[in-house]
This record gives sequence, structure tokens and C-alpha cells, in this order.
Amino acid sequence: MIQTDILIIGAGPTGLFTVFEAGLLKLKCHLIDALPQPGGQCAEIYPKKPIYDIPGFPEVLAGDLVDNLMKQIEAFEPGFTLGERAETIEKQEDDSFIVTTNKGTKHQAKVVAIAGGLGSFEPRKPQLQNIESFEDKGVEYIIRDPEIYRGKRVAIAGGGDSALDWSIFLADVADEVTLIHRRNEFRGALDSVEKVEELKKLGKINLITPAEVKELHGNGKLESISIKQEEDIINLELDHFIPLFGLSPKLGPIANWGLEIEKNAIKVDNTLDYQTNIPGIYAIGDVNTYPGKLKLILCGFHEATLMCQSAYKRIFPDKKYVMKYTTVSGVDGFDGSRKEAEKAVVKSIN
Amino acid sequence: MSDITIKIKDREGEVHEVQAPTDMAMNLMEVVRSYELAPEGTIGVCGGMAMCASCQCYVTSDHKLPEMSYDEDLMLAEAFNVKDNSRLGCQIPMTFDLDGLEVELAPEV
Repeated sequence: MIQTDILIIGAGPTGLFTVFEAGLLKLKCHLIDALPQPGGQCAEIYPKKPIYDIPGFPEVLAGDLVDNLMKQIEAFEPGFTLGERAETIEKQEDDSFIVTTNKGTKHQAKVVAIAGGLGSFEPRKPQLQNIESFEDKGVEYIIRDPEIYRGKRVAIAGGGDSALDWSIFLADVADEVTLIHRRNEFRGALDSVEKVEELKKLGKINLITPAEVKELHGNGKLESISIKQEEDIINLELDHFIPLFGLSPKLGPIANWGLEIEKNAIKVDNTLDYQTNIPGIYAIGDVNTYPGKLKLILCGFHEATLMCQSAYKRIFPDKKYVMKYTTVSGVDGFDGSRKEAEKAVVKSIN
Repeated sequence: MSDITIKIKDREGEVHEVQAPTDMAMNLMEVVRSYELAPEGTIGVCGGMAMCASCQCYVTSDHKLPEMSYDEDLMLAEAFNVKDNSRLGCQIPMTFDLDGLEVELAPEV
């Protein structure tokens, strides 16, 4: 069982910054995220897009913001459970909570901060008849362990970065890689497109465009797919079909935790500390709602900061504490590091 | 008045006639959200960058729309339930010549 002070659900910018604010109060954090990497939407959907309304940053790429946040919280040694979705929550007699993921990982904390954005990202599944019967029997929507494709015949469908990047990666792992896309053009980064082109020339990627997968065939497990390329139907024998059509966020199991939900968001007390209707569970960032709510990263940072003060009082009800400025107190990492302002050298003038 | 009238058929099939301002740099996706014609979190997921297709709609009137950008075109190439009259709502700014526009929201995926 993973034990921590604040269990944060969602490793987007708000969740990451919570680690920093909690760290200043000497509270330890652990984050759970359904995606395999931290950063939430910033990392998954628009890492290369500039953001202009982060205070103090006239312009910052979403991916760079995530990298900087990771750097900022490093000294507070956060734990991560990535690629797993928070599934259930149980309140314990000592007022703590146990959160279990879809893979059975258990986490215990006195405070749970839901920073889940629009929800956990679920793959968008193409509308193919009987696709569900082949799930995990040759059809995967997310690549979790590339090693399972070693020596296999794999087809990937999609036209974005993940389809391109995985085709490139698997070209060296799988026995056969076929990339299928509805257009001749791809939406991914230019260097990825060029790399695929190069691998196609080398015969390491079999590119079929403009084309669409129309049917899946197999008996108990996937054996072949039918691809429609213009007027032709191509039958491709394979071991795995990986449709990569992006991810869409769903509030998911959190919706059944007994929290007050309004318009797909969790209602919180914004006059005080962003606590939900269940004491000890907070909701911060895009996942919450209150009168006047704005879904902005900078608002998430503010909410995280106030939430941590309240969390501290819940965890240490008898301890006195006054908020300190980092300019005065510096930052003491849990790793023994210390950051502080240089002491001014005062020299007397004779 | 700088408003135009737009007819939007929601995902349940109900038609709403709404007023959309042309002087607020709003796009069709934002108009849908401002009138709450689709649940929050199911439309405009990427914020309007033509990167998610959650605001896909079918344009059913014959208005001349702004030309499709490369980004929008390629996003639609990866979206589901795409038809010849599919557009991304976030890529349609509200302008005077769109008065009377009629659209239908594509199903949620």
C-alpha cells in the first residue's frame, strides 16, 4: 500500500503544482494518472502549443511548462502511479481514504485532491463491427508494452503524432509494420513524417494511404483486417491492430464517488478551500465548478495553493502554522536540498 | 446590433435558434458552449485548437464558410462520423455573412 499525505488524482499542471505548495508545508504527495506520462492535456494534446497567460511567462510551450513544473517539484520527491486510473475510494475509520486503481494499486492518504481536468483520457475507438470482441486479443488502443509486438505483424491506423511515432518505434521491434491513414498527409510533426517516409523507402514500414480499415476477422483472436484503399479491398494478415485516433476525456469512475456533480464537474466550496461535499476530498483545477469558475491553468494553481493550507489543518489539526514566503524561508527539499536567497553582504563604510 | 441568428440542432435532435455576437471573436464551438447546448467536457475539449474534433458539426445551410485550414482538414481525417459537410465548430468564427447559418452537432465519441 502506497502511503502519503496528499493523494493527487491527475498529474496535469494543477496536480503537479500541488506537490510544490504541499512541499512547502512539508506534506508528501503521490500522483495517479491514467496517462503513461505526467502533464495531462498539456503533454498529451498540445505540448507544442504556446500558452500566453501563465503569470511571469510571456510565452511558454505547454510541454515546457510541464517540464518546468516537474523540475520545480523534484526536490519534494513526489511518487507517481502512471498509466492507471483511479477507480474506487473507501473512507477508513481513521478518516483516511484508500484509493484503488483499475490495476489494483492501493494508495492511502488523509487528503485526496482531485485534479483530474476533464477526466481520465480514454482512447477513441473506431466504429468497426465486432472490434470489442478482439480487444486484448489482437486489438489494442494504447501501447503499454512495446515488447509484446516483438517479431509480430502489426498494423497501426491514424494520422497524428502517436500513429507516426509508434510506427517508427515498432519498425525496429515488430516483424512487419503497416501504417494506414485516410489521407496521404499526416498531422504529426514534420520530422516524424519524414522519418516514416524514409522507413517506407527502406521497406521497414508498409504505408497504405488513403485508406481505411473496414473489417476485422479472426476466430477468438485477430487474424486479418480488410482495408479499403480507394476502390480496392486489401486483406492483410496480422497479429495486432492498433487504432490510434487520439484520446477523449471522461470523468469516469470519479462520477460514482458520491461527490456532488454539476455539468460534468465537481462542486466545491470556493469561498474557503475547494473542498467537495465529502470532507477530506478536494477538487482543484478544471475538474471543479463553482460560481464564476474559469478553467485556466493559473486558476488551478491558485486553487491548489489554498487547498494545501486546508489540507495541512486537516492532517495536523493541532499544529500552529503561518504561511511563509519562499523569499524569506527558501525551499527545503525532502531530498535534503536547500534553496535560499543569497545573504546580502553588508559592509560598513568607515 | 452586431448579433446574427444561428440554428443549432443539438445531439438529441432539438433545434435551437440562438443569437451569436460577431464582435466578441467567438467561434461556433464557443457559441454552443455559451448556450450550453452540449454538456461541458463533451465539446471544445482542446479549447479550440482544431486538435480534438469534439466540436465537429454538419453544416446544413449553404452559407459560404471560411476555407478549411490544413489543421482542420487533417483533424477531420482522423475524426469519426465525418460527412462531406463536416466542419470543426472552433474553426468557424462568427461573422455577419453567417447570419441564418444552420448546423447540427455531430455525435459525441
